Amino acid sequence: MIRHPKDFYAGLVFIAFGIAALVIGSNYNLGTAARMGPGYFPRILGILLILLGAALSLRALRLQGSPIAAWKWRPTLVVLGSVVIFGLIVTTVGLVLSTILLIVMASAASHEFRPREAAISAVILAAVCVGIFVIGLKLQIGIWPGAG
Amino acid sequence: MELFDHLALGFGVALTPINLLYALIGSLLGTLIGVLPGIGPVATIAMLLPTTYALQPVSALIMLAGIYYGAQYGGSTTSILLNMPGETSSAVTCLDGYQMARQGQAGAALATAALGSFFAGCIATVFVATVAVPLSELALKFGPAEYFSLMVLGLIGAVVLAHGSLLKAIAMIVLGLLLGIVGTDVNSGVARFAFGIPELTDGIGVVSVAMGLFGFAEIITNLESTEKRELLTSKVTGLWLTKEQFKQAWPAVLRGTGLGSILGLLPGGGAMLASFGSYALEKKVAKDPSRFGKGAIQGVAGPESANNAGAQTSFIPLLTLGIPENAVMALMVGAMTIHNIQPGPQVMTSNPSLFWGLVTSMWVGNLMLVVLNLPMIGMWIKLLQVPYRVLYPAILLFCSIGVYTISNASFDVIQTATFGALGVLFVKLECEPAPLLLGFVLGPMMEENLRRALLLSRGDPTVFLTRPLSLAMLLAAVGLVLLIALPNIRKKREEAFQEEQ
Repeated sequence: MIRHPKDFYAGLVFIAFGIAALVIGSNYNLGTAARMGPGYFPRILGILLILLGAALSLRALRLQGSPIAAWKWRPTLVVLGSVVIFGLIVTTVGLVLSTILLIVMASAASHEFRPREAAISAVILAAVCVGIFVIGLKLQIGIWPGAG
Repeated sequence: MELFDHLALGFGVALTPINLLYALIGSLLGTLIGVLPGIGPVATIAMLLPTTYALQPVSALIMLAGIYYGAQYGGSTTSILLNMPGETSSAVTCLDGYQMARQGQAGAALATAALGSFFAGCIATVFVATVAVPLSELALKFGPAEYFSLMVLGLIGAVVLAHGSLLKAIAMIVLGLLLGIVGTDVNSGVARFAFGIPELTDGIGVVSVAMGLFGFAEIITNLESTEKRELLTSKVTGLWLTKEQFKQAWPAVLRGTGLGSILGLLPGGGAMLASFGSYALEKKVAKDPSRFGKGAIQGVAGPESANNAGAQTSFIPLLTLGIPENAVMALMVGAMTIHNIQPGPQVMTSNPSLFWGLVTSMWVGNLMLVVLNLPMIGMWIKLLQVPYRVLYPAILLFCSIGVYTISNASFDVIQTATFGALGVLFVKLECEPAPLLLGFVLGPMMEENLRRALLLSRGDPTVFLTRPLSLAMLLAAVGLVLLIALPNIRKKREEAFQEEQ
């Protein structure tokens, strides 16, 4: 029985990474201890991760721990989604439009979301960012669509 | 005297107008970050790292260092005025600082914090300058075996002194090491764990890892909690101390500075450990410990001096040994690598103006903080009234632009978002991200030193045990683990037994 869910699942995560390291790393030449190949160190790390993960998970059967807090998906999806979309479109549509989209979309992740306030803040921030990054720091970002 | 030559060289660099400007920008930004809750120095430094690419290396490091110690100042302001630590390192300042503010002594508390920090900053600068030379001379004698063992000790030490489960922290280090070696292997040219993605052959960017795990994950977890921040601003009057208060505060400042300087040296140390340690010490030496938590000025003076001293001396292991001891220092490794500086003992000899310029800039930055911050407190408080729902999208925006401008590539942004998701998962599973970041920056160095050590010993792994310095460091690492593990096991057993009854 799982008594310490946080440790148990953390252990599984580590085991998964360890197995992935061993499986993918099996394509790399191991070499010998004196002449380590590219697969040598990853294999050590993979084995270590599996051992540590297993110890953690097994220990979780005995230790008592609090349950894992529920994962509220909205903040994660909206926040990271807005960032990814920003990254994908900024080159083509320029800094101003992508900034406005990021701010409005990311603001919606909060339970206190106020559309008007978000829109105003988006416009101000777009102007500030153009001022700091394009004019001030002279970074190579287009301001408007087609400029990048 | 040699020390003065070094300091003179350093001031020659630190006092040039351009470096003064970057020290100012860094310490102001740091204060701002320290004041604002929900974004720490790690995320900020990660955010600003790309904008320093175009700078001279020394200016870049001066600015980034300024952010770190500036954050200690800013954090204390909100602790005292709002009972809300902007930084974890100023959490203990809340205990007595806020009580002082409630008793109408906010000005005295703020002045104590600022002057204590400045004094600590002065002493710590000299301390860094004195200790750095012998330490880096020692480190120059290290061979690959010693270096490998030193990294093991550094990594283990860093997690032993941090809070949370030891086993998890060690697993996080190993995962970090693994992520650190993603990319082209320097010896064989094989692209490891790159999944055919061309960007990954250059390795994962330290900015993406740090910003995702520390910045994005923090914002997301803040958004999940629905509790509201309350704002109560007390009036700040008379930013000075009475004679009586001064008398009470200065021994605490001295103790805090001493303790903080030493704790800052230890792996895993730095500002946070220093302030907590100092508070405990002050409580222990006080004639009347019951006054603590009720507005004892020593409870502000000690920890505030200690965290600033610790923030500065935590640069010593980085600058002399090339070993970062906390997440901020791990990012400094990233910053140095970007400018083609391999952190380690050779920096002092091959790049003395950078080394001493950085050390002396800490003192300059501290002076600026005292002079500028006390009058600016009103402005910082205003800033706190900006609601979080407006603040976090802006932080997110600056992070995204920062990552994007590393190489104007969508890939970096997506990679950072991936680490953000991983960061939220780690928060849910109570896995501290700092050890992962340490492992991440040390991964390539550790592999290289392991490879060289085993090459020299013709594949004999006992080389780590037969060289005395290496053996001593490994034994120290094992000792640290046992020290922590034993009482831990005992305690956990007791808990388990209680369950069964």
